[in-house]
Amino acid sequence: MLYLKRVVVQAVGGLHGYISLQWQAKERQWRIKTMTRTNNKPACTAQSGSSGSGPPDLVLRLSGRWSLAEQRPALSEVVAEVDASGHKTLRFDVDALQSWDTGLLIFVRSCQDWAEAQGLICELADLPEGVQNMVSLSREVPKNRNMPEKQVRDWLSGVGEHSIGMFDGLMRYFTFTGELVLDLFAFLTGRAQMRRKDCLFILQNTGAMAVPIVALLSFLTGLIIAFIGVIQLQKFAADIYVADLVGLAMTRELAAVMAGVIMAGRTGAAFAAQIGSMQVNEEVDALTTFGISPMQFLVLPRVIAMVLMMPLLCVCANLVGILGGMVVAVGIADVTLVQYINQIDSAVSTTDFAVGVFKSAVFGVIIAMAGCYRGLYCGKDAASVGLAATSAVVTAITWIVIADAVFAVLFHILGI
Amino acid sequence: MEPSTEKISVKDLSMAYGDFVVMRSLNFSVKRGEVKVIMGGSGCGKSTLLKHMIGLERSSSGEIFYDGELFRPDATAGDAFCRRFGVLFQGGALWTSMTVAENIALPLESYTRLRASEIREVVEFKLSLVGLAGFGHRYPSELSGGMRKRAGLARAIALDPQILFFDEPSAGLDPLSSRRLDDLILELRAALGATVVVVTHELASIFAIADSALFLDAETKSALCDGNPNDLIDDPTVDSKVRNFLKRGELDQATAPAIK
Ligand SMILES: Nc1ncnc2c1ncn2[C@@H]1O[C@H](COP(=O)(O)OP(=O)(O)O)[C@@H](O)[C@H]1O
Ligand SMILES: [Mg+2]
Repeated sequence: MLYLKRVVVQAVGGLHGYISLQWQAKERQWRIKTMTRTNNKPACTAQSGSSGSGPPDLVLRLSGRWSLAEQRPALSEVVAEVDASGHKTLRFDVDALQSWDTGLLIFVRSCQDWAEAQGLICELADLPEGVQNMVSLSREVPKNRNMPEKQVRDWLSGVGEHSIGMFDGLMRYFTFTGELVLDLFAFLTGRAQMRRKDCLFILQNTGAMAVPIVALLSFLTGLIIAFIGVIQLQKFAADIYVADLVGLAMTRELAAVMAGVIMAGRTGAAFAAQIGSMQVNEEVDALTTFGISPMQFLVLPRVIAMVLMMPLLCVCANLVGILGGMVVAVGIADVTLVQYINQIDSAVSTTDFAVGVFKSAVFGVIIAMAGCYRGLYCGKDAASVGLAATSAVVTAITWIVIADAVFAVLFHILGI
Repeated sequence: MEPSTEKISVKDLSMAYGDFVVMRSLNFSVKRGEVKVIMGGSGCGKSTLLKHMIGLERSSSGEIFYDGELFRPDATAGDAFCRRFGVLFQGGALWTSMTVAENIALPLESYTRLRASEIREVVEFKLSLVGLAGFGHRYPSELSGGMRKRAGLARAIALDPQILFFDEPSAGLDPLSSRRLDDLILELRAALGATVVVVTHELASIFAIADSALFLDAETKSALCDGNPNDLIDDPTVDSKVRNFLKRGELDQATAPAIK
C-alpha cells in the first residue's frame, strides 16, 4: 500500500514537473517574440565623418543589442560598399548601442583585422571601456602560428605509411612478448617488482569472482549439448552415448573455450581499461620515473593470475557442464544416474581432461597479454580507453579461436 | 521589485561525504558583481563547497539561493538556471576526445543558434582571451597542465555566464599568465557584470582580485571569517589562523622563538 502511494506521488510529481517545464518553455518563447518585436536589432552603418583637419574618419555607427542571441550583421556586409582609400582612421559611434556581449567583441576584432588589412588605424577609444579592455586583453598574447601543416598525400604513400605502421605495431608486439618472457624469468628467480597485495587482489578478481558466471554458462552449455545429442541419439536408441558426447565435448573443447570467451569479455576488457586509464592519467609514466617497470608491476601479475586461474575455472566448467548434461540425460533420456557417471568415466580419459586444462592455461596467457598490451599502448584520451577495451576483447577471442584450431591439428598429428 | 544585491546566498549549509563531515553550517552571501575568494588550507573543503554551489553534490542540510530563488539541483539540471553558471574545474576537465576548439564550441552549439563561422570566431576570441589563440586544433593531451587549465577557463566563459566558479585557476600557471588571469577575471566582472567565486591559495591574486574572502578552517569545520583580505590581514580581532595564512606563516615564525 505504502509502495503504491509512493508510486502515485512520484507520478504526480513527475507530471507536474513536465507541465511546468512546458509552461516555462512557452513563456520563454513568448518572451523572445516580444523581444524581437521591439526594434533593437543590432545594426551597423559605415559613414565618413569629419575629424577637424586632414582626411575624414570612417565611422561605424553601432546600434541595438549586440549580443550573441541576436542576428548580427557581418563586417563584410557593412563595408561592402566602402572605399577605405580616402580615410586614415576607423572610429566607432556607440550612441545608439543598447547592450553588448561577446557578439560585439568578435565584431570589433574583425574590424581591427580589416582595418589593418586596409592600412587604417583602428581607434577603439569611443567604445565602452569594457569592450576596449576585453579586446586588448585578447590581443595581448600573439596567435600561435606554428600549426602542423595539413598533409595531403596520394594513396600510394597512404598504403606505404599504413604498412610501416603495421610493421611497427608487429615489432612492438614482439618487444612486448619478449619483455614479458624476460620478466617471467625475473619472477621465477624472485627478482620481479610487484606487490603481493596486487597479486592476491587480481587472483581473487580473475578467479573466485568469475566462478558464478563461468559455472552458469557452462551448465547451460552442457545442457544444450546434451539436449541436441539426446534428440539425435534416441533415433538409434543409443541414449547412453549422450554421456560420451557431453564428456568429450566439454573436457576437450568447450570448457576451455567457454571459459576463455567469458574471461576475455570480463577480465581482458577490465585489464585494458585499468591500464589504459592509468596511461591517460600519466600513472604509468610515474611508475617508470621511479624505475618500476610497468611490465613487471602491471602486466606480470595479471598474466600470472590468468595462467593460474584459467585452469581452475576450466576444471570448474568441466564439472558443471557434465552436471548440466546429466540433468538432461537423467531427465529426458533413458539413462540412470549411475549409468551416466560410469559412461563418463569410461569415455573421458585423463588425457582428454589434461588437453582441455592445458589449452585453458594458454588461453589465459592470450587474454592477459591482449588486455595488457592494448592498455599499455592506449592513447591519451577517454575514447582510446574504450577502444583499448574493445580491441582487447576482439584480439583475445580471435587468438583463442586461432589457437584452438592450431591445437586441434597439433593434437591430431601427435595422436593425443 | 528592486533587485536585491545578493546574487548568491548560502544558508546553514552542511557538507559531508557519508559520515565524514567536511563543513558545518556555513553562512555567507556573494553580492552581484563581486569577486569572492574562498581560501583555506589544502583539503579543507573548498572544492567540495564549489561542487555544492553548482549542484554536483547534495548538501546534507542547508539551502542555497540564487537571486533569491532556492536552488534545487534536481529540478533544474540542464535548465536555463544552470546555463548561468560557468565552471572551471580544478583539473581543467576538458573532454579529452575533442580538440580544444570543439570543447569550447560544444556549449555554443548546444545552447545558441550561431552559424558555424560565428562559432569559430567566438571560439578563437575566447581562446585569445586566455592567451591560447591558435591552439584550437590541439587535443587536450597535447597541452601542458597550465594550458589545459586556461582552455578550461575559455570553455567556462563560452556562454558569457552570469556567475563564474573557478577552482584554483592559477595553479600551475607561470606568474605572467597568472597575472593575466587575474586581469581577465576583473575584466569579465566589469564587462559582463559577472559574479565570480574563486577558490585560490595564491596570495598575490587574493589581494589583487578579492572583494571579499571567505576562510574555511578544517579544524573547526566552519568559516572563520569573511571580509576584504586587505582589511583582514591587519585586523587584530580576526582569528590569527587567517592572518597567518595571509602572511604565509610569518606569524608562526615570529611567535616560535617566544614559545621556546
Ligand atoms: N568524493 C569524496 N569522497 C570522500 N571524501 C572526499 C571526497 N572528495 C573530497 N573528500 C574529502 O573532503 C575533504 C575536502 O576535499 P576538497 O574539497 O577537495 O578539498 P580542497 O579544499 O583542497 O579543495 C578532504 O578531506 C577530502 O579528503
Ligand atoms: Mg580543491
